[in-house]
Amino acid sequence: MEYRFDETVRYAKTHEWVRVDGTEAVVGISDYAQDKLSDVVFTDLPAVGKEIAKEKPFMVIESVKAAEDVFAPVSGTVTARNEKLIKSPELVNKDPFGEGWFVRVRLGNAKELDSLMDLAAYRKFVETL
Amino acid sequence: MSFIPNTDADRARMLEVIGVASPAELFHDVPKEHRFPLLDLPPALSEQEVLGELEALSQLNAQGGATPSFLGAGAYRHFIPAVVDALVSRSEFATAYTPYQPEISQGTLQAIFEYQSMIARLTGMEVSNASHYDGATSAAEAVIMSLNVAQKERPRVLLSCGVNPQYRAVVRTYTQGMGLTFGGDENLANGIDELESMCDESTACVMVQYPDFLGRIPQPGRLLELAGKVHACGALLVAVVNPIALGLLVQPGEWGADVVAGEGQSLGNHLSFGGPYLGFFAFRRDHIRRSSGRIAGETADHDGRRSYVFTLSTREQHIRREKATSNICTNQSLNALAAAVYMASLGPRGLRQVAELCWHKAHYAASAIGEVSGYSVAREQFFDEFVVHCPASVRRINEKLFQKHRIIGGYDLSADYPEMKNAMLVCCTEVNTKENIDRFVGALEDCRHA
Repeated sequence: MEYRFDETVRYAKTHEWVRVDGTEAVVGISDYAQDKLSDVVFTDLPAVGKEIAKEKPFMVIESVKAAEDVFAPVSGTVTARNEKLIKSPELVNKDPFGEGWFVRVRLGNAKELDSLMDLAAYRKFVETL
Repeated sequence: MSFIPNTDADRARMLEVIGVASPAELFHDVPKEHRFPLLDLPPALSEQEVLGELEALSQLNAQGGATPSFLGAGAYRHFIPAVVDALVSRSEFATAYTPYQPEISQGTLQAIFEYQSMIARLTGMEVSNASHYDGATSAAEAVIMSLNVAQKERPRVLLSCGVNPQYRAVVRTYTQGMGLTFGGDENLANGIDELESMCDESTACVMVQYPDFLGRIPQPGRLLELAGKVHACGALLVAVVNPIALGLLVQPGEWGADVVAGEGQSLGNHLSFGGPYLGFFAFRRDHIRRSSGRIAGETADHDGRRSYVFTLSTREQHIRREKATSNICTNQSLNALAAAVYMASLGPRGLRQVAELCWHKAHYAASAIGEVSGYSVAREQFFDEFVVHCPASVRRINEKLFQKHRIIGGYDLSADYPEMKNAMLVCCTEVNTKENIDRFVGALEDCRHA
């Protein structure tokens, strides 16, 4: 199976990604994760203003197969959420690194990014699964 | 007949495996004097004798069917067409438990789907679940759904004091430990104005009852305004309703309710000493992912034929475990089936006729009771229940009504509403004949000095 990867993001072991944009970051899940979930039918996005903490679940994603927690890859405050997913959850499957993003967060601690994997490390990690 | 299938040889092998000499040894932790107590029982009776004894006991009951009754307050006596019990007692329905491999039980799923469709139409909502245990648990699930819609960020729940006091108690019990605060019902004088002013950004939902527990009908126009305010706060409006009343009154869907819950017993279910009943639960489609309970849906099978499935199961605890929207994965299927058959056999016009009969009989009774010296009737819009202020304690009046006149009086409100001393909640449905109502009015006069 050939998965899509993105070189502009950093990855968590639980398959979330973070794309840093100044003091903020965009969060989503990887192509590997969306593929394992299969068709996404619902994303339980957190409200704007919610505090999220690294490695703690901050929302639930539901597919035709499963309902899974999504873990925060970084700590911070939610500043925006992808409202398009409410009507079109399939964007997570179609474009996980683009239109299928979940939330924007104001980073609480930029140092946390160091503990995340880059593209090469994550690709290697996925190959071991 | 032995109900235990193990043979002596089976037992001997099992004892050997666990290294115990006799079954009696298994009880050695129980203190000796309590181990095999002698039971002081009367001699055994034949089946015929047992039936005779039970029948004699049951004669001591005042049976709701034969004794005129003016008791409502959440459970109601209505005429039940014979078709209801005939269908409900078919073994295909009566013996089946909740289907764990649901799609194999297409008949059960279709019955649930029909029930849901009719409840949705009756309440003016888009979706109904397969039912909850009773009206009180439905109300509690509506609160939990509101908390889920607010993503657990809103800890405040407002309950109108017109909501059935038992439902309010169950809501509080159900949500213990969730860190909620309750308001709205601390003062009987609180009305819609007060609920509106209390509703704020921390409020998950506002719950009203329609008609309320004291029988009053809040004006739909006023409720619509309330709904506007509640929605402006980002909260949900939960309506607890009497389904029979909806044959006549404006549907909660028209006045802005987001969730409609209530007791479905009135729909084709017998009083049965208080249960089992069913709680109906309907809501707007927007919040379907946060809703509780099972939902049957219609789909097409491999060959394109109409078929039924349980849908949106990912909300339920067998999939989402501790993050489920509710811990109820079952429903009151047989009771819901009775409700469905009842609604189908009456149809919208029949239901309206039942509601009209209830309304007229209750209003006839209210005006007659209002004429009796010492009694007064609250002058408010009501449906089939109304508050009567009595010249003596309701407990004593009811005792005399029953002992002397063999009439079951109304509900004594003083326990739930201490400020309403000597207040009786009187209910009339289509089964209360004019003769019975006239007898009741005469008997009340006789009980004036009870």
